[in-house]
Amino acid sequence: MINSNEIIDDIANKEYEFGFSTDIEMDIAPPGLNEDIIRFISAKKNEPEWLLEWRLKGFAAFKKMEFPKWQHFEMPELDLQALSYYAAPRKKKQLNSLDEVDPELLATFEKLGIPLNEQKALTGVAVDAVFDSVSVATTFKGKLKEMGVIFCSFGEAVQEHPDLVKKYLGSVVPHTDNIFAALNAAVFSDGSFVYIPKGVRCPMELSTYFRINAQNTGQFERTLIIADDNSYVSYLEGCTAPMRDENQLHAAVVELIALEQAEIKYSTVQNWYPGDKDGKGGIYNFVTKRGICKGTASKISWTQVETGSAITWKYPSVILQGDHSEGEFYSVAVVRNKQIADTGTKIHHIGKGTKSRIISKGISAGRGDNSYRGLVAVGPRADNARNFTQCDSLLIGNQCGSHTFPYIESRNKTAMIEHEATTSKIGEDQIFYLNQRGIDSEKAVALIVNGYVKEVLNQLPMEFAVEAQKLLSITLEGSVG
Amino acid sequence: MLTIKNLHAEVEGKKILKGINLEINKGEMHAIMGPNGSGKSSLASVLAGRDNYTVTEGEVWFNGKNLLDMAPEDRAREGVFLAFQYPVEIPGVSNLNFLKTALNEIRAYKGLPALEAREFLKLTKEKQQLVDFHSNLMNRSLNEGFSGGEKKRNEIFQLAMLDPQLAILDETDSGLDIDALRIVSNGVNKLRDAEKSFVVITHYQRLLEYIIPDFVHVLYNGRIIKTGTKELALELEERGYDWLKEELHLKESV
Ligand SMILES: Nc1ncnc2c1ncn2[C@@H]1O[C@H](COP(=O)(O)OP(=O)(O)O)[C@@H](O)[C@H]1O
Ligand SMILES: [Mg+2]
Repeated sequence: MINSNEIIDDIANKEYEFGFSTDIEMDIAPPGLNEDIIRFISAKKNEPEWLLEWRLKGFAAFKKMEFPKWQHFEMPELDLQALSYYAAPRKKKQLNSLDEVDPELLATFEKLGIPLNEQKALTGVAVDAVFDSVSVATTFKGKLKEMGVIFCSFGEAVQEHPDLVKKYLGSVVPHTDNIFAALNAAVFSDGSFVYIPKGVRCPMELSTYFRINAQNTGQFERTLIIADDNSYVSYLEGCTAPMRDENQLHAAVVELIALEQAEIKYSTVQNWYPGDKDGKGGIYNFVTKRGICKGTASKISWTQVETGSAITWKYPSVILQGDHSEGEFYSVAVVRNKQIADTGTKIHHIGKGTKSRIISKGISAGRGDNSYRGLVAVGPRADNARNFTQCDSLLIGNQCGSHTFPYIESRNKTAMIEHEATTSKIGEDQIFYLNQRGIDSEKAVALIVNGYVKEVLNQLPMEFAVEAQKLLSITLEGSVG
Repeated sequence: MLTIKNLHAEVEGKKILKGINLEINKGEMHAIMGPNGSGKSSLASVLAGRDNYTVTEGEVWFNGKNLLDMAPEDRAREGVFLAFQYPVEIPGVSNLNFLKTALNEIRAYKGLPALEAREFLKLTKEKQQLVDFHSNLMNRSLNEGFSGGEKKRNEIFQLAMLDPQLAILDETDSGLDIDALRIVSNGVNKLRDAEKSFVVITHYQRLLEYIIPDFVHVLYNGRIIKTGTKELALELEERGYDWLKEELHLKESV
């Protein structure tokens, strides 16, 4: 008979499915963080002067900042000078169509289940594929253009739509926001740009797929999404990385801007390499994500399914500035082996009648450590603001940890803030009960976990909900204890 | 169908089963009685494959297969069902979804296709009636917040749904009032047929007035110390277990 320990070992040794690496000719800058490399990146990307200046301001801010100390984990030592800040697949000339993309790259994304060939692509989903620092292809561009939707790499947006970029870049996450945001401002490589014009409901899901391949590089993309008055967009990001023994830093910035009555739905299925069973290797996912509901009755909704990374450290946030605007945060964060997640959200109620809803589901297995950290702040003008927070933790086994840090700051007496929290454990007796009904342990865990995360997965677009469900089952395979 | 030979088992280093021998044929109803702590639930757990029990000696054969070699889920799929003395609660998993998964896993093991939604619901309705299981419990989380009686009914309802060859009922009668006891017993009686066998673990003769056993075994201190027919249950009800213990000690001191 298999005992629980064997099953636990089993899962620990389970291979990370996306751990292969791609052999491709790359332009890689020498390691080191300094003004020269920033100028090099900016020049390589043919950027206007104002953007270079902005980068340099970011770098100046970065140099004055220290790593924060409030997180619920031991901050690993990061040698930022040892990283290379620019890596790009070498291309011979400007690409005009997908046919000109390096077949090796196309094959990589195909292997990841992201066909970039429009005939094979998921219907109803346009994809921007980012390989190491650079966007390599964007599908369905033509179709989107007909409706005035701009969906392109950040670099392209800088060239083609500089006014929009200049107006909104750093308007939600300033270059001084935090040390990783400052670093990102200085050295950001590429990323995605989205603009939905007034009154347009974006006809397909927009999706960016991030892939880190190169060794000893950091990944610093920026995503900027602007939904103009009365528009709607649903955006999804996915990510994977090869298995490497050393840690890799991912310090991205995402800014969302929702104007009058606009709605942005931003979903993440994060599956960066989590490191091996002893905690060797894996991605440090230190990301700043923030949206602003600028317009009246606008809405921003974050949904995240976090299964990967050695350390996940991020708080997708919403500033509810417009009256009657709404913010949502739905999260599933899974840790196993020695993974760490310190994640949650911040909601700032500024406008009148603003509403927010936070549903956080933490799952901890193995020796993983999972913290929910959330802030609900209500300003003096935010009459009748409403918040509901539900914060649940599910434990699998006896060696994992789970913590909840809810912060509430209310400066308006009419605000109503509700917080509920539960902690439960998948017990051996539950697994045995299900076994006794013919359900094996893997399925049993999946059944329990799926029931537990249903409310969050329901927020994802259909195809991705199914993917996320599979990912959770794979991630937790054998974690019974 | 089931043959238990000289079964010894321990839990956390403590010897609990000390040489159980039992033969159960198709269609038979066996009752196991015995004082608290004598090892009745342990026997059920060992047969179902609970992994904190270690079998140190003996064999168990089920339809010619070595039961002890099988994972718990395979024992279930082969047709061993345990109605738990203390059914567990599983929040977030609906009763309905759970049963559908269980049924289809068992069917898949037997090479049968998954049951279509309509057929499944029809079967559910039919079996609910058998134990008067309230249909609004179907969409609730498995056993969560169920009363003691509802949990026990749910066990028998699952038994009816999964249609095993061998059903072990561990104190299904405890926690049931007299009406519920009658309903559940009637349900079990309706499930009886020539192919199915039952092991009913109970403290009380009361249950055996409704479910008439073919054999009654007394389990004491990890061993079956007496086997008889339903009259033995009556005798135990009247005289308790002490006379049996004395008989045993006499025998052992010879
Ligand atoms: N997990 C366990 N750890 C230690 N002792 C146990 C465990 N489970 C059962 N026992 C012991 O095994 C003996 C038999 O218990 P059980 O099989 O539940 O008896 P019954 O069902 O006949 O009342 C008791 O002495 C009980 O304390
Ligand atoms: Mg018992």
